[in-house]
Amino acid sequence: MSKEIKVALAGNPNSGKTTAFNAITGARQHVGNYPGITVDKKEGFTSVGENKIHLIDLPGTYSLTAYTMEEIVARNVVADQRPDVVIDVLNAGALERNLYLAIQLMEMGAPLVLALNMMDEANKQGMKIDLAKLSELLNVPVVETVARTGDGIPSLMEATVKCAAENQGKKWEPLSISYGPDLDPALDKLIALIEENNVLTDRYPARWTAIKYLESDDEIIQLGREMHPVSAELEEIVKDVSKHLESTLATYPEAVIADYRYGFITSIIRQGVVTRLDATADRVALSDKIDRVVTHRFLGPLIMFGIMYLIYQITFTFSEIPVGWFENFFGWLGGIADANMSEGLLKSLIVSGVIDGVGGVMGFVPLIMFMFLQIALLEDSGYMARVAYMLDRVFRFFGLHGCSVMPFIVSGGIAGGCAVPGVMAARTLRSPKEKLATLITAPFMACGAKLPVFLLFVGIFFKEHQAMVMFLLTMVAWACALIVSKILRNTVIKGESTPFVMELPPYRFPTMRGLFIHTWERTWQYIKKAGTVILAISILIWAAMTFPNLPADQVAAFDAQKTVVQEQIDSANASGAPAAELEEKLAMIENDEAEATLKNSYAGSIGVALEPVMRPAGFDWRTNIALVGGFAAKEVIVSTLGTAYSLGDVDPEDAAPLAERIAQDPNWTPSTAIAFLLFVLLYAPCFVTVVAIKQEAGSWKWALFSVVFNTGLAYIVAVAVVQIGKLL
Amino acid sequence: MSNAIPMRELKVGEKAKVVAITAIGELGRRIRDMGLVPGAALEVVGRAPLKDPVALRLTGFTLSLRNNEADYIAVERV
Repeated sequence: MSKEIKVALAGNPNSGKTTAFNAITGARQHVGNYPGITVDKKEGFTSVGENKIHLIDLPGTYSLTAYTMEEIVARNVVADQRPDVVIDVLNAGALERNLYLAIQLMEMGAPLVLALNMMDEANKQGMKIDLAKLSELLNVPVVETVARTGDGIPSLMEATVKCAAENQGKKWEPLSISYGPDLDPALDKLIALIEENNVLTDRYPARWTAIKYLESDDEIIQLGREMHPVSAELEEIVKDVSKHLESTLATYPEAVIADYRYGFITSIIRQGVVTRLDATADRVALSDKIDRVVTHRFLGPLIMFGIMYLIYQITFTFSEIPVGWFENFFGWLGGIADANMSEGLLKSLIVSGVIDGVGGVMGFVPLIMFMFLQIALLEDSGYMARVAYMLDRVFRFFGLHGCSVMPFIVSGGIAGGCAVPGVMAARTLRSPKEKLATLITAPFMACGAKLPVFLLFVGIFFKEHQAMVMFLLTMVAWACALIVSKILRNTVIKGESTPFVMELPPYRFPTMRGLFIHTWERTWQYIKKAGTVILAISILIWAAMTFPNLPADQVAAFDAQKTVVQEQIDSANASGAPAAELEEKLAMIENDEAEATLKNSYAGSIGVALEPVMRPAGFDWRTNIALVGGFAAKEVIVSTLGTAYSLGDVDPEDAAPLAERIAQDPNWTPSTAIAFLLFVLLYAPCFVTVVAIKQEAGSWKWALFSVVFNTGLAYIVAVAVVQIGKLL
Repeated sequence: MSNAIPMRELKVGEKAKVVAITAIGELGRRIRDMGLVPGAALEVVGRAPLKDPVALRLTGFTLSLRNNEADYIAVERV
């Protein structure tokens, strides 16, 4: 009988854990989120001989405190799911620090297998590790691996299966290390109390809980309080020993525990486990050399801007052709539907609602894919950490974190992004405050959906300086995002900045597989958005713009006009007289009818109702409908304007006829155009982004805040522009 | 131990040994998690273009932190 073995994969960030996970599971993996939080959850399956292996990828952590979401998830999975084996992937080159996590896993008592990864690089650095000795001293199996090439993965899995078999049915045996003359007696007292009262003993070993109490671990103390009245007594013991440590050694229990853990690690390493022969041929030293150029005072920022410009260029140059394919495909699909369906509501729904709506969004897929591919490249190579490092000083001034750069760029900091993955990228931010500020301001960026609107209006009103105006809009987006976060961080989201203690991973060549997986994960999120939410929204907007129908008497009046003109055309055709003028007249009547129909619809009523509010910003009812539609998805703005100007289906890429209509409309002046552009740039994030913000911020409160606040700001800016424009 | 100085005073290229960490709470925890504990050897390998943050080289990896965080780390030049 084969049995499923549950294996959890732990390890530091940058230890090659993801590569190891991919190497073990191959293509058979599933990516999701842990319920309720946004930490990635990856699971994969493989088999070793008779045994099926269920591999759970724990988030990369340096420690198992309750400091970050990742750490809480990692330790809860180990405690609650009780994996048969935990594999800890270690970066052999930084063995000491990587063992810190291993020690904590051993203190939880989990059956552990150590994978000493990147052994090839460690060897190249002149580092020799005595695996047998390390294994003997720690009393856990140790396997040498090179996840990038797959070397050692089979023996790692064998060791895992063996470890599972040996520990089957056995009780977990937590490692117990001494924390010195001050803490050990207190620890004993705590353990006795915990065991006596069974505080959390069903989940954690008593000693581990006791250590967490000494580390003043919020999560455990909170749980203890809920569970048992004895927790007050436990906290009292901790308080006493803390006071003692402070008065005698000017330190506190948590620091002592960390020091003793590192002491334990050092004592093991010093017993001949590691010999460093030659520190000069060090890969990290090579990274340091690259950094001397890449993060140089003058060269660094130049290179950074150069790379960002290049991303922009590559994205737009290379995606042009596949974007064309998508457009052609949806055009073809629309054509087929148009030709083969009988006139009526259903046809209108399929062509205008479904195909145009979803097609407009899907058209951007190649663009999104190229951008994500490049961002994955920057991330996997280690460059993104350098960007955060270089920009942290600037961002900190605005109440953000160096890591906020990523969400901004993905959201459209380099025009053409998308706020949905951008908001999701804010996940790497650990401080809830800096994360909130980033979440609310990232949607200001010039995302790909806003671009058609910009292109249309810039093309009409700023023909001479198109590129310049587009660039300025991107700059305005950045400026607004930074200034607004500065304001928010000084008002509603007040609070200290988060530490920037961050690893600068060594530069490495990304693996194709890693790039592919990262790019695909994000692109797929975007496609899902197009297939579900946008589809629903397109249908809704189509309905709002179609119903209620024009009253029968008005329809009859238009029909009567059309019949008269049609008869004139027919007779002109019969007599061979020129009919072009008459046909134009017919088209005019049809346009008028479409306009009347739209104005009469629900969407039209909303647009008209908003006129008194929006007039100071120079927007008429047509613009209002487009903006309301744009809340659903910014892609809708151009097509809605098209319908509002009664042109039926407007291709956002080739908006010439609409552009002419707008150019001729006296309501549009350069200042209302600027007001409109800025309004579109700044107002409420699209519905999908709002949902994403809710998910990342953890509550609807902040999602709603982003809608109200951003729209309010956009309104004020638009009104200011128009009113100032009037004075000039 | 009288040679202890705040880490901020180290120049790029200087090597030092950690003497004490005075940071508490989240920052203290984070610094220790990353292996900056008394006795750890480090070298300042660079500063960001605006002089802050600073990049440190420890055994086998590179770490960055801000100057105001470095103030909590006392070091001794070696």
